[in-house]
Amino acid sequence: MPDQAVSLRGLRKSFGPVEAVAGVDLDVADGEFFAMLGPSGSGKTTVLRMIAGFESPTAGTVELGGRDVTRLAPFERDVNTVFQDYALFPHMSVLDNVEYGLRVKKVPRAERRERALAALRSVRLEGFEKRRPAQLSGGQRQRVALARALVNRPRVLLLDEPLGALDLKLREEMQVELKAIQREVGITFLFVTHDQEEALTMSDRIAVFNQGRIEQVGTPAEVYERPATAFVASFVGTSNLISGEAARTVLGREGTFSVRPEKLRVVLGQEETGPDEHEAAGTVREVVYAGPATRFVVDLDAGGRLIALQQNLQASSMDVTGLRGARVRLVWHRRHEFPIDAPAEPVIAG
Amino acid sequence: MTTTTTAAPAGVRRRAASFLHRHSGVRLSLLLSAPLAWLGLAYLGALAALFVTAFWSTDVFTGDVVRVFTWANFTDLVTGEVYRTVALRSLGVAAAVTLIDLVVAFPMAFAMAKLASPRAQRWLVIAVLTPLWASYLVKAYAWRVMLSSDGVLGWGYGLTATVVTLSYLWLPYMILPIYAGLERLPNSLLDAAGDLGARGWRTFRTVVWPLTFPAAVAGSIFTFSLSLGDYITVKIVGGKTQLIGNVVYDNIGAANNLPFAAAVATVPVVIMLVYLAAVRRTGALESL
Repeated sequence: MPDQAVSLRGLRKSFGPVEAVAGVDLDVADGEFFAMLGPSGSGKTTVLRMIAGFESPTAGTVELGGRDVTRLAPFERDVNTVFQDYALFPHMSVLDNVEYGLRVKKVPRAERRERALAALRSVRLEGFEKRRPAQLSGGQRQRVALARALVNRPRVLLLDEPLGALDLKLREEMQVELKAIQREVGITFLFVTHDQEEALTMSDRIAVFNQGRIEQVGTPAEVYERPATAFVASFVGTSNLISGEAARTVLGREGTFSVRPEKLRVVLGQEETGPDEHEAAGTVREVVYAGPATRFVVDLDAGGRLIALQQNLQASSMDVTGLRGARVRLVWHRRHEFPIDAPAEPVIAG
Repeated sequence: MTTTTTAAPAGVRRRAASFLHRHSGVRLSLLLSAPLAWLGLAYLGALAALFVTAFWSTDVFTGDVVRVFTWANFTDLVTGEVYRTVALRSLGVAAAVTLIDLVVAFPMAFAMAKLASPRAQRWLVIAVLTPLWASYLVKAYAWRVMLSSDGVLGWGYGLTATVVTLSYLWLPYMILPIYAGLERLPNSLLDAAGDLGARGWRTFRTVVWPLTFPAAVAGSIFTFSLSLGDYITVKIVGGKTQLIGNVVYDNIGAANNLPFAAAVATVPVVIMLVYLAAVRRTGALESL
């Protein structure tokens, strides 16, 4: 079995009375594009900073390629970071920024120049060598930061909200580009984001963080289709939970279940449902027309509320908005409903 | 009746306010007139008077100022060996004080800006500022006591004592600009340097120093000019040492030669102008 690029064991970090990271175990394989996803304050950035060496853990260990680096300084670790604000040195040219790490490692001048230019080429920034960071756009700065980190050929590249400061259009472009660069260089990318869509589109696997802990680790499809907890269900995609009375009536089962909105079919007439399908009757409370799709908010007769997302294949806004207040049935296939760990009941020790 | 009497001035005030709002040029000149008058009359005027006086002389018998143009003061100043020595010594003291303050202030400012908790940071700023509230004379005499041969330090008085005392007195003026400069330096730049393999000294040399250089220059303008003009500290702890300030003081007092004092006083002014011009060439003033 190949070494894990990153292994975290029982990682904890407290800032005074606040426990930012409350016990994290995680393995990231070599060459993976891995996302740490969570809301702000969930501890994901602190974990990243502990891997980089900017923070030292209160407890637990950090291993890089099988080597324990928990007590090592950042300059002793084989990782490089792309910072959220890019942290380009404002008094240096683009080329000097990219060469910085190589100069520190005393790489000979000719090789240094060659590698830096190659790195700038790989992020499509040739011709910008002499510019200062202040003379670049946000997207260009982001790519300089990427080149400056990649030129050192680290074992793991850490990215802290790499696309957070870019506007939507540029962000979508960079998502594709980052993924292409990662495939090209073959380096493990470990990135932090609070944007679930970004995590779903770019990564091979995702760890969902909440309150200093990991709630679920899995591929984007696993995390999205089968959220392990109510938190994951609500944070990744739209929360659509059936529980309590509704679960007993509609599903005939106890517990909490998750169904994604696009798996629900809004049925108006007397259409027959298949043997493997569940259905729930309700009233349309709200209709939100969103271009390619329409979102129906439906109050179930059995209690609770579900959101259904329908592609506007034939429908237009005139057709759908008239459905507010209409009686409908929501139909879905059994295999799209998943049980979710209910919030843990307090256990009283005897 | 009361309503009309109160309404009228309110109306005038509102009309004045809207007039000022529309005429931003008038607003600007009103705001600037007081500081500009101060700068023009009190500061530049005094400087001009000093400069003019430097070209006059005194009557040998009556001691009255003779208002006739002469180069005599400046000729004496340039040819007199003792004045050259004093000028160079003053320059040396100012340079030494600036260097010492820089070396002492930088680590302190760094600790304040980058290592201390926000709470500790506030207290440290207060701690740095507090000595500025105490009388200059008291602080100088405190050093006199410490430096006297039976004092805590016991180094005795002289040039070294002067440099040490001045370095102490002007230290806050060096710490505060550097502290402000370091505050503006994003922590992520320090992280980035470490991340790219740089250790402490290299990070300082290649990232921290180039980016806080303007702040250090700002501090040095204070320490340098304050040292250059000082004559009290050197009287208290300097022993027989004389600086430019003492020559000026003695010519105003004992020698009663105001024109010559004025001529001597132009020396630090010229040195500061040269210093500022040199600083300007480094580009440090633009980023202040």
